[in-house]
Amino acid sequence: MSNKTLNHTDTETLRGETLRGYVFPRFLRFLIWLPVLLFLLSFFFYPLSKILALTFDPATLLNPNNLRNTQHVVGFTFYQAALSTLLTFALGIPSAVFFAKFDFPGKPLLRALTAVPFMLPTVVVASSFNALFGNHGLLSSLIPNPSSLLPTFILHPSPFILILIAHVFYNATIVIRVVGNALSRLDPKLEAAARTLGADSFRVWKNVTLPLLRPSLLAAALLVFLFDFTSFGVILLLGGSSFATLEVEIYIRALKLPNLSLAAMLSVVQLIFTLIFSILYTRIIKQTTTQTAPRFSIARRPKTLREKIFVSTVYCLLFIFFLLPLLSLPIRSFTRLEADRGQRGEVQYGFTTDYYEELFINRRGSLFYVPPIRAAFNSLGYAVITVVLSLALGYPTAYALAKPTRLEKFLDPLIMLPLGASAVMLGLGFILSFGRALASPFFVPIAHTLVALPFVIRTLQPALASIPERLRQAASTLGASPFRVWQTVDLPILSRATLSAATFAFTVSLGEFGATLLLTRPEYPTIPIAIQRFLSQPGGLNFGQAMAMATLLMILTTLSILAIEKLRLNQDGEF
Amino acid sequence: MLELRNIFKTYENKPLLRGVSFSVAKGETVCLLGASGSGKSTLLRMVAGLEFPESGLVLFDGLDLAQTAPHLRDFGLVFQDYGLFPHLNIFDNIAFGLKIRNVPASEIHLRVAALLGQVNLNGFEKRSVNDLSGGEQQRVALARALAPQPRLLMFDEPLGALDRSLKDDLLNQLRDILHKTKIPAIYVTHDVDEAFAIADRILLLHDGEIIRDDAPEDVWANPNSVHAARMLGVGNVVEGVVVSANKVKTDFGTFALTCKHKHTKNENIPLLIQQPPSPFRRGDGGEVEEEIQLKVEDVLFKRDQFQVKAGGGLVIHMKDAPRVGQIICVKVRVECLA
Repeated sequence: MSNKTLNHTDTETLRGETLRGYVFPRFLRFLIWLPVLLFLLSFFFYPLSKILALTFDPATLLNPNNLRNTQHVVGFTFYQAALSTLLTFALGIPSAVFFAKFDFPGKPLLRALTAVPFMLPTVVVASSFNALFGNHGLLSSLIPNPSSLLPTFILHPSPFILILIAHVFYNATIVIRVVGNALSRLDPKLEAAARTLGADSFRVWKNVTLPLLRPSLLAAALLVFLFDFTSFGVILLLGGSSFATLEVEIYIRALKLPNLSLAAMLSVVQLIFTLIFSILYTRIIKQTTTQTAPRFSIARRPKTLREKIFVSTVYCLLFIFFLLPLLSLPIRSFTRLEADRGQRGEVQYGFTTDYYEELFINRRGSLFYVPPIRAAFNSLGYAVITVVLSLALGYPTAYALAKPTRLEKFLDPLIMLPLGASAVMLGLGFILSFGRALASPFFVPIAHTLVALPFVIRTLQPALASIPERLRQAASTLGASPFRVWQTVDLPILSRATLSAATFAFTVSLGEFGATLLLTRPEYPTIPIAIQRFLSQPGGLNFGQAMAMATLLMILTTLSILAIEKLRLNQDGEF
Repeated sequence: MLELRNIFKTYENKPLLRGVSFSVAKGETVCLLGASGSGKSTLLRMVAGLEFPESGLVLFDGLDLAQTAPHLRDFGLVFQDYGLFPHLNIFDNIAFGLKIRNVPASEIHLRVAALLGQVNLNGFEKRSVNDLSGGEQQRVALARALAPQPRLLMFDEPLGALDRSLKDDLLNQLRDILHKTKIPAIYVTHDVDEAFAIADRILLLHDGEIIRDDAPEDVWANPNSVHAARMLGVGNVVEGVVVSANKVKTDFGTFALTCKHKHTKNENIPLLIQQPPSPFRRGDGGEVEEEIQLKVEDVLFKRDQFQVKAGGGLVIHMKDAPRVGQIICVKVRVECLA
């Protein structure tokens, strides 16, 4: 938003604000904000206040058990996040160099492949790793154990290692994109200048390349750390409740071993850390914008033998690392694996559609009172409500934000605040605030809307701001009524952004796991909840059904992602 | 001092340089003039050691540089878009090469201050690169390249991004500095005025070959080829048909042919048509002055004279403006460029 438009609207405040050509008195402008403010007050700020009140109750704060527990959990959360970040960089940095510096066949495809996990729901990623490495997974079932083919730590990685690998799988794309972009934006002239001034390759790297990349490296590290720090689904599904990170412990203390005051305290601790990381991140991001972009891509074919070895090694590594888990999931969902109890290592396997068929049958003694496929319908229903709710709330807000006055500048950060709270924390807030009322299934889509709303607003707002007022004025001088103006000018321009925002809300709702796990009723499972329940039960059939469900979710999400990508007009995907 | 011998290089499977040889003597500024994409910058990068010829030699003081890494060559390079380090301030940019060479801090301060004085940027030490104008940035880049007292300076279209008046100003400063320091220099540009303003010798690069290597006044006086005449914008290049042993016919009349080439009848040859008082023209008696009649099609005011476009596309210059449509008589010199 340029200064000029700001001044323009400021002077108009005196006469009442114009919006879409009509004159809005000040109180009407506030009316636009009323629905979204009421929504946030009741479902975000009120629950937040409950959490804060419980946390800062002296009984909670002074409880030595709570403090000891918090300390322990915070320690482990930092430990696993730091380790995951380190490993993510170990894979991400060579990959970033690989994508930024070199051209090779299939580059766009491989780059897209590395970005897929980031957009998949956590339950799908966790299921994929289970399909490959789990007790009923492809590796351990197909390859006899102990095996001369593969060492045990690959065949049977410990849950902790599995969590770390899944984090790398999830977040490597952040490093590849953030650091890779910075690398390819690095002016090759600077390196040449440094070399002609007498710097050897080490000095060039130390005095020129590294300082220029530092903001991007820090930004990527913080972002990856933040995602690993607040990771929930992956840790719970791959590690079980024995790996108590902040998120997992909040869930456990909210539902399994209820200690609501400890849960509240932990979520405040988590919120504080998240806010600190976010502020640091925004500061660093400001430094990265000053760099100039070269006019053409610096990527080229590998020339020397060393470059060729590097490129082909990273190529194969990335291909295997990213494709194998993603492929294992659908393959495992169609594979019958029945180990003969008596003879170790003897496994019969073949093609089957049993797991899918089983989803439609309501068995006595099954995990649900309904056929499992009902979870899919529940998910779709929740997703539709989420789309409608977040668009209904997001539209007027985005309209107001597209032409910001002092009121909007004050309210904008409030709208984005829910981003700082984790889904599990939202769930906890609901439990503390609404208690018994949670029997109603409507709280789940409300939680989903809270998660999706900031993204929906941020998708609609630039599209709305991009419509020049002159177009609307031109239409009305040509005789169009206000409705016709909206129909012929605003709507066509907005339809892309609206569809994109809607698809986004839909995808978020489909894959949402943390809040749903805390809020859902047993008789209204969603797909992610069904997958979690199947995975937590013994037996090959349950495992198979989890795989089948996860495959369905993967397909649905992938379709949605493709739709969003198609709808997004050359907008650069910044995180 | 610097010598290039028979340099060959292909770019995307097309020959870019096809046997380029030239040398630069001590204290000499050589200007490499050529169209964009002609391989001028590639030649510079080869001298700097940032790229390598497919065949041919780069020698300095008779030593082959093929095995010498760029950072050990001691050659300064100045880029068109400056290439200043955005993360360092002006002082640290200029001091970069000195710090690499472990020059004591006290001496670095003296040297940087002296260099800033030389490029008229006194007191700019603490400024950030982003706060400077284009001209100021280029002067910092020059100071940075001069700081380690290189054995050779290279300029890759250094003034390309600057406007006219700033260019003249900087060219003067640059010539001063090059004369004082006696550092041999290669100056790459596609701007003819710039080349003539700074060069002790001019090299014309065309189609991967050096088609001319001479003092500026000689190159201007005797372009000797169609490409050279076109590149320099000397006079008008027109086609003529040989009608007899020493006569050539053009759209503007038939002229006497005085060159030493052997032309056959009906052969098409390129001719250079110039107006006589050409400043460098020495009376070597090769060419003949003739008078032709032209119809004025357009008149343009150019500083101290009028540029007249005449029928057939001929461009001449006159002190007084003729009217459009008027028939005028002009004396011209016609020279064979074959």
